[in-house]
Amino acid sequence: MIDKVRADAAAAVAGIEDGSTVMISGFGRAGQPVELIDALIGLGPNELTIVSNNAGNGDVGLARLLAAGRVRKIVCSFPRQLDSWVFDGLYRAGEIELELVPQGNLVERIRAAGAGIGAFFTPTGFGTPLAEGKETREIDGRNYVLEYPIHADYALIGGYRADRLGNVIYRKTSRNFGPVMAAAATTSIVQVDEVVAVGALDPEGIVTPGVFVDRVVTVGERNWLEGGVFVGADDAEGNRGPASDRTAPGPAASARTKGDAA
Amino acid sequence: MSLDRTRLAARIARDIPEGAYVNLGIGAPTLISDYLPEGAEIILHTENGMLGMGPQPRPGEIDPDLINAGKVPVTELPGAAYFHHADSFGMMRGGHIDICVLGAFQVSQAGDLANWSTGAPGAIPAVGGAMDLAIGAKQVFVMTDLLTKTGESKLVAACSYPLTGVGCVTRVYTDRAVFDVTPDGFAVTETFDTTLEELTRLTGLELVDRTHAEPIDIVQEAGT
Repeated sequence: MIDKVRADAAAAVAGIEDGSTVMISGFGRAGQPVELIDALIGLGPNELTIVSNNAGNGDVGLARLLAAGRVRKIVCSFPRQLDSWVFDGLYRAGEIELELVPQGNLVERIRAAGAGIGAFFTPTGFGTPLAEGKETREIDGRNYVLEYPIHADYALIGGYRADRLGNVIYRKTSRNFGPVMAAAATTSIVQVDEVVAVGALDPEGIVTPGVFVDRVVTVGERNWLEGGVFVGADDAEGNRGPASDRTAPGPAASARTKGDAA
Repeated sequence: MSLDRTRLAARIARDIPEGAYVNLGIGAPTLISDYLPEGAEIILHTENGMLGMGPQPRPGEIDPDLINAGKVPVTELPGAAYFHHADSFGMMRGGHIDICVLGAFQVSQAGDLANWSTGAPGAIPAVGGAMDLAIGAKQVFVMTDLLTKTGESKLVAACSYPLTGVGCVTRVYTDRAVFDVTPDGFAVTETFDTTLEELTRLTGLELVDRTHAEPIDIVQEAGT
C-alpha cells in the first residue's frame, strides 16, 4: 500500500541536509508552508539555497529560517517588501547571496526542471540587466534569452487537502508555485489542512497528481476556516478578533493559531 | 488643471473595453478598478494565479489565501478561475492578456520601460512580474506623473535607469497629457490644461501633435 503520509512535520522534513537546495511555495504569506519551515528550522541544516518568490514576511516562516542563519543563497523575484526586514538586514550586511529572477522566468525555470526541459528561450528580460551575459537568439524577428531549469533537492509546499497517494488540491491564490515546485524537486513535501480518504478528492479537480509528491503531512485547519467552511479573518495574516485581543507576535509566532500544528 | 491620481485612473478606465482581460500593476494602477464601468464584463488578472478578481473584502471577511499581486486581500467574482504560476505567466508571455497598466520611472520615445530599479547603490533589487507583463501584454499602458518629484521628465530620449523591457510601451497616461508611442516618437493625443509647447519644454523632446479636436471632460466623470 502506498502511504505518503508522515506523522508530523518533523518526520516530513527528515533527511534535509546541509547545502540542500529547497524550494518553498508561496506568494507572500499565501501558500507558504509555515509548519514545514518551522520543522526545517528544528531539524537544523545549514548553508541552504532557497528558491521562493519572496524572501520572507514578518518574523515567521521563511523569514524565521533566514533569521536563524540557515540560508546561504536565495533565488527569488521580489525580496523587498514592506515586511521583509529580516532579509533586508541580512542582504545589507552581506550575509546572504541573492539571485534575482523575473517572476515568469523563475516559475518557468522551475517548470522546466519538472518537465525535463534542458533550457528554453524566453522574451522576458531581453535587453535588461537581468539577462546580462546570457545567450540570446532572434527567432521569427523577436529576441529571446536562454534560461536554464532550476532543480531542487526538496520542495516544501503549502496545500489544502491531500490523500495518502499524494494527490493535492490547493486553496485559491495560495496555489501559486506549489504545483510547479512539486514536479521540480527530487523530494516534494506537502503540508495540508487535512488528509482525506483515497477517492474523496474529485479526480477531475486534482491539481497536483500524486506522482509529483513524496510526503504529505497534516498540520491542522487554517485559522480562517472552520470544518472546511470559510469564516473569515480580520487581517491578511489570518488573525481573528480585535487586534487588542492578540498576543504580540514574537520570533516564533505563527499566523496559524489553532489546530494541531506542529 | 492637471489630473490627480484618481482622475487619471478614471481616464485610463475609459480606454478599457468590455471583454478585455486586464492586469493592473501594483500601486496606483490598482485604482483603475474603481472606475471600470459598472456592469461591464472586464476580467482582471492577478499574476499570483487568478482571473476574475473582485474588490477588497469587507472587514472580518479577509481570506489570507485570496490576495492580489500587491499581497492585498481581494475577493473572487462569479466565474473566477485559479491557476498556478506557470499558467499565470504563460497568460502574460503568451500574449493572452489584452492590457496591462504599469507604473514607470522612465519611458523612452522608443517605448522602452524602466520601472523596477533606479540602480541606486545599496538598494535591494526586486523585479517581480514587471518584465513579463511589459513584454507579454498586447497593450502596455503606463500610468505615471509626467515629472519626477524633482521636476525631471519621466519621458526621455533614452532610459538611464535599468530597463524592464525593450520597445514594449503602447501608451503613457500622465497627469499632464496622454502620449502614444509611435515610430516618430511620442504623439500627444490629449492634454490636461496644458499645451504642446509646455509639454515640449517639460520633456525636452520633439512631440507629435495628435490631440483630439474636442477635449474630454474627465473631471466630471471621475467626480462621482
